Amino acid sequence: MEYFLQQGLNALALGGTYALLGLGLAVVFSVLGLINFAHGELMTLTGYGIFYTLLMGVPYPLALLAGVLIAALAAVLMERIAFRPVRNASPTTMLLTSFAVSTILHILFQNLISARPKAIPVPDAIIGAVSVGSMQIGIIQLLSIAITAVSLLGLTLFLKKSLLGIAMRAAAEDFNVARLMGVNANMVISTAFAISGILAGIAGVLWLFQRGSVDPMMGFLPVLKAFIAVVLGGLGSLTGAVIGGFILGIIEVSLRAYLPDGMLAYRDAISLTLVILVLFFLPQGIVPRRESVR
Amino acid sequence: MPVTLLSVQKVAVRYGAIQAVENAELAVAAGEIVTLLGANGAGKSSLLNACMGLVPLAGGQVHFDGQRISGTRTEHVVRRGMTLTPEGRRVFPGLSVADNLAIGAAASPQLRRETAARRTEMYDLFPRLHERQKQLAGTLSGGEQQMLAIARSLMSNPKLLLLDEPSLGLAPNIVDQIFDIIAALRARGVTILLVEQNAELALDIADRGYVLAGGRIVLSGTPGELRASGLERVYLGAH
Ligand SMILES: Nc1ncnc2c1ncn2[C@@H]1O[C@H](COP(=O)(O)OP(=O)(O)OP(=O)(O)O)[C@@H](O)[C@H]1O
Ligand SMILES: [Mg+2]
Repeated sequence: MEYFLQQGLNALALGGTYALLGLGLAVVFSVLGLINFAHGELMTLTGYGIFYTLLMGVPYPLALLAGVLIAALAAVLMERIAFRPVRNASPTTMLLTSFAVSTILHILFQNLISARPKAIPVPDAIIGAVSVGSMQIGIIQLLSIAITAVSLLGLTLFLKKSLLGIAMRAAAEDFNVARLMGVNANMVISTAFAISGILAGIAGVLWLFQRGSVDPMMGFLPVLKAFIAVVLGGLGSLTGAVIGGFILGIIEVSLRAYLPDGMLAYRDAISLTLVILVLFFLPQGIVPRRESVR
Repeated sequence: MPVTLLSVQKVAVRYGAIQAVENAELAVAAGEIVTLLGANGAGKSSLLNACMGLVPLAGGQVHFDGQRISGTRTEHVVRRGMTLTPEGRRVFPGLSVADNLAIGAAASPQLRRETAARRTEMYDLFPRLHERQKQLAGTLSGGEQQMLAIARSLMSNPKLLLLDEPSLGLAPNIVDQIFDIIAALRARGVTILLVEQNAELALDIADRGYVLAGGRIVLSGTPGELRASGLERVYLGAH
């Protein structure tokens, strides 16, 4: 039972990270129809941002904040510089553009910083565990779950209560009519990118808690997983991205915990097979994107 | 002579090789209901969208309320006092009625501040929307969606409302209600440019009308003149 609860928390923490990354992808996709390949580089940028601000002597919590803000700023700049000029081009053009942005950033990280990992030690204060009853729960794990919950709550409130958030949802449903009502298209798209950057940054922080170092490839694998989560949840649906993220987290943690040792190497293959199985029965994903009612 | 609110001069709209509107000339004076008629594909929606700045002009100019609006962004057009209720209603299905209305007042800080007051006005005008303010727009009936679409356009307090086929796909008694609303809006001082497939209904309510065929204005005049000059032929494409 205890082991089960422990694994449940692991699944929440990992799934939460995928959910945040998937949400970032989905927010941009919902308003622009673009899968941003460079999303992983935003996460990596957070890592380097934290590394360098710590090097400058900035206190740890502030360095984390700076890392997140750097990702948000980078996301907004990315849109302004790379995606806005091709906004009305074909979806393939935009996809290729994001691929180019991702590659360029990756090469810059390698050549200007280093191909090797840079260590970002986690402070002792959050390394330990607290005991709840007879259970030992890692502080980092609790922190990760709490940060995920607050982020999801914050985003939900923003999307439901603020006019800008409502305008973003309107634009996701029918961009032309949103423009017709006088919603500023650039504003909505910039906001979508800022949100995706913040979410990538927060996910980056959570990832660093676990790994303790940043390298040019840091964002690649988690964002690939997040992309799978988004497809699983239903491309274009924000709720779906969160659900898909948590399901993928649960699948991965369960396989790691309960698979016989000899089969552990096939973990990713098995979890992908499970995802494909779900998509076989629900080709639109778990939460299909609502078709607008005409 | 009442002031000219909207003036469309030599406007052309193209989609690639397709010439949707050519050399269109049209004027709407304050207080009028003007109807724009034409068969499917005549270019009516294209002309309205071009006035709003939603599709670029391939030629010509549009002036509204004494200022040139062609070439400006849609939100500026909305701020100056012209809005379009698009063909097919196009409410935001996943947003509540109240949120749909809020988007209608998103074009400027001043409009945003007036959102609550304007929404109350809309609920007075459309009591059915009031009862359903928390309901998702996608779950409204077709008639209710059309009312919401019109109310959403009215949230920006327009001087001129462009209505693109408001009767499309609605039952006759609902169509009557929509036309009552159009008459009520005129009584409140809103000028209206009405695109309709249902020429008879439109000519009953309009002060003047234009007929588009193949992207060109082929007829214009009072309802009486238009009826006398044989609209049917135009609709059949035999102009
Ligand atoms: N986005 C577009 N891309 C390419 N062609 C278009 C586009 N929109 C309209 N057209 C074409 O332009 C012409 C005019 O279309 P438009 O929608 O303006 O006609 P309409 O008079 O509003 O017709 P309806 O009564 O069916 O609404 C048509 O031939 C149509 O196929
Ligand atoms: Mg039309």
